[in-house]
Amino acid sequence: MAANLDQIFILLRDWLVGFLPAALRPATGVVLGVIAIVCVFPGLFALTTVFERKGLGRIQNRIGPNRVGPFGLFQPVADGIKSLTKEDVVPLSANAAVHFLAPLVLVVAVFMEFAVLPIGRNMVLVDMDAGLLFFFAMGAATELSVFMAGWSSRNKYSLLGAMRAVAQMISYEVVLLLSSVAVVMISGSLSLPKIVAAQDQFTNGFPHWYIFTPWGLAGFLIYAIAATAETNRSPFDLPEGESELVAGYHTEYSGFKFALFFLGEYLAMFSISGLGTTLFLGGWSAPFSFLTWVPSWIWFFGKVMLSIFVFIWLRGTLPRLRQDQLMNFAWKFVLPFTLLNLMVTALWRFMGEGWQRWVVCTVILVAAYVVMGRLEMRREHFGPRSYRYAE
Amino acid sequence: MLGDGILKGMAETAKNFFLSYVSKERLTTVEYPEHRIPTVENARVFPFLVYDGADWEAGLRCVACQICEKECPPKCIYIEKSTDKKPDFVGKQQFYPARFDIDVSVCMSCQICVEVCPFEAIKMDTEFELATDDRFGGLLEDRQKLAKSNEYYHSIHPTEATEVDARLAEEKAKAEAKAKAAADAAAKATAEASAAKAADAPDHAQPTPKPTAEGGS
Repeated sequence: MAANLDQIFILLRDWLVGFLPAALRPATGVVLGVIAIVCVFPGLFALTTVFERKGLGRIQNRIGPNRVGPFGLFQPVADGIKSLTKEDVVPLSANAAVHFLAPLVLVVAVFMEFAVLPIGRNMVLVDMDAGLLFFFAMGAATELSVFMAGWSSRNKYSLLGAMRAVAQMISYEVVLLLSSVAVVMISGSLSLPKIVAAQDQFTNGFPHWYIFTPWGLAGFLIYAIAATAETNRSPFDLPEGESELVAGYHTEYSGFKFALFFLGEYLAMFSISGLGTTLFLGGWSAPFSFLTWVPSWIWFFGKVMLSIFVFIWLRGTLPRLRQDQLMNFAWKFVLPFTLLNLMVTALWRFMGEGWQRWVVCTVILVAAYVVMGRLEMRREHFGPRSYRYAE
Repeated sequence: MLGDGILKGMAETAKNFFLSYVSKERLTTVEYPEHRIPTVENARVFPFLVYDGADWEAGLRCVACQICEKECPPKCIYIEKSTDKKPDFVGKQQFYPARFDIDVSVCMSCQICVEVCPFEAIKMDTEFELATDDRFGGLLEDRQKLAKSNEYYHSIHPTEATEVDARLAEEKAKAEAKAKAAADAAAKATAEASAAKAADAPDHAQPTPKPTAEGGS
C-alpha cells in the first residue's frame, strides 16, 4: 500500500498511457509528465505568493492579506485576473520583439530545469546522465532573459537593473557550480537520481545526506548564499532594487508579461531549492529510516517548501547589500572558501572511512572560516568618509 | 565572529513571526473598515465652514471677505460675495457668501485658510473618507456641503473650539459694551442738548435725569 502510494503518479501515468497503442506510449508518458510539472509548480507559485505576503506580514507584526477567500487564500486568483485584464504597455522606443521574448525565455528556461529534478522515487521526467550540467546550462539562460528585458526596454532603470543582474548572477553562478562540484566528487555522478540514491541509505536510523558531513554543510551554506543571489532574492535583490531602480529590469513590463517575470522568478526559486534539496538534503529520501513509508514526493516537496520558507525568512530579516559589498563578498570571501571546500572534499574522499577525516575536515573548515571572517571583519578600510569634490 | 549578526536578526524575526500568532498586542495594525483608531484631536484633512445656531444658511460665520480665497496656495476656493447684507453674530451688517466652493481634489490640507480667517469661520475637518465615484461634481463641495455646526466643531476639536468660543464671546461682549457706550453717549448728548434747551426755555418741565450707571470699560 505504502509502495503504491509512493508510486501513485507513475502508476496513474502508466494506466493512462495503457489506453494508447504501444508506439505512442513513450511520447505520451513524457507529455503527461510535462503537463504535471506545468500544473503543479505554478500552483505552488500561487500559494507561495500569498504565504510569502502573510509570512512577511507576521515577521513585521502585521496580519497580511486576509480579504479574498478564507484567510486570503484566493488572493493569487484575484492577482491573476488583475494582471490578465491590465493593459500591456510596450514603450514606443523599445525593441518590441526582444521585449516580448524576454519573459518567455525566462519561463521556458526555468521550466526546462524541472525536467531533470527527481521529484520522487522514479519520478524524474528525463533521467539524464549529465542532469546537473543540463540544469546549470538552463539556469544560465535566465541571465540572458534578464539582460534581454533590461536592454530592450530602453529605460535607464531597466538597463541598470540588467547590468547589476548580469554582474551578480555571473559572479554567483561560479560559486553555485563549484559548491555542487563537491557533491559530484563524492557521489561520482552528474545524474541527479543517482546522487539522491547515494544519499538514500541509513546508518543507525540516520540518513547519509551530504549536509551531515563537514564539507557538505559548508557546501550547502555556500550553495544557499549563491542560490539566493542567483534567484535575485533579498538581500541580493539589487537587480530589482525597488527603492533605487523602480523595479529594475522589469520596470517597463506590465500586465501578463510582468506576471510571467514574477512566475519565472518564483519557479527559479523552486527549481534551485529542488536542486539544493537533491544535492545536499537527500532529495526525496526520508530523514529517518522509520519514516521511509511516507511517500517520497512528500519529502521532496516538504524540503522544497522549507527552503522557500527560509528564503522568505531571509527576505524579512536582511537589508539589501550594496553592489561593491556584493561583489567583494562573492569574489573575496565565498569563492576562496568554495575552492577550499573542494580541497577538503578531495581530502574527505581519499582519507577513507574513520573518525580522522571528520576531525581533519572540520578543523580545516572552521579554522578557515574564522580566519577569513576575521580578515573580512577588519575595519581598517572603514572610517570617516572622504569626498573628493563635494566638500 | 562573521555572521552572528545575521543569526541575531533571524532570531528576532522568528520571534516576531511566532509570537504574533500568540499575542494580539504585538499586532500594530488594525483591520480598517471594521476597526478604526479614533482620530486624534489635531488631525486635519479638509476645511469646513462653521455656522452657529440651527439654520446653516443664517448662521454661517463667513462674511465673504475672500482672504482665504486669495491666500489659498493651490487656489481651490471660489467665493461669490452676496449683493445684500445680513447681521453677523454681533449684529453688524455683513456680506455673506452667495457661493463658496472648495475643490477636494485640489486642496492640499495646508490649513492656511484657517490661519488667515479673521472671523473663525473656516476650520479643518477630521473626516478623511472623501472618496466618490463622481470625480467632477462629487469632488467640488459647495457651501451647503461645507457648512457644519459649531457643535460638530466642538465634537472634533474640543480644546480649539472652546478657545474660539471664548474669543468670540469676548469680542461680542466688547462690541456690545461699545454699542452701549455709544448709545449712552448718544443718550447723554441728547440729554445735555435737551437740558440746554430747557435752560434756554426755563418754563419747560424738569430736565431728564442723568444716566447713573456708566457702561463698562
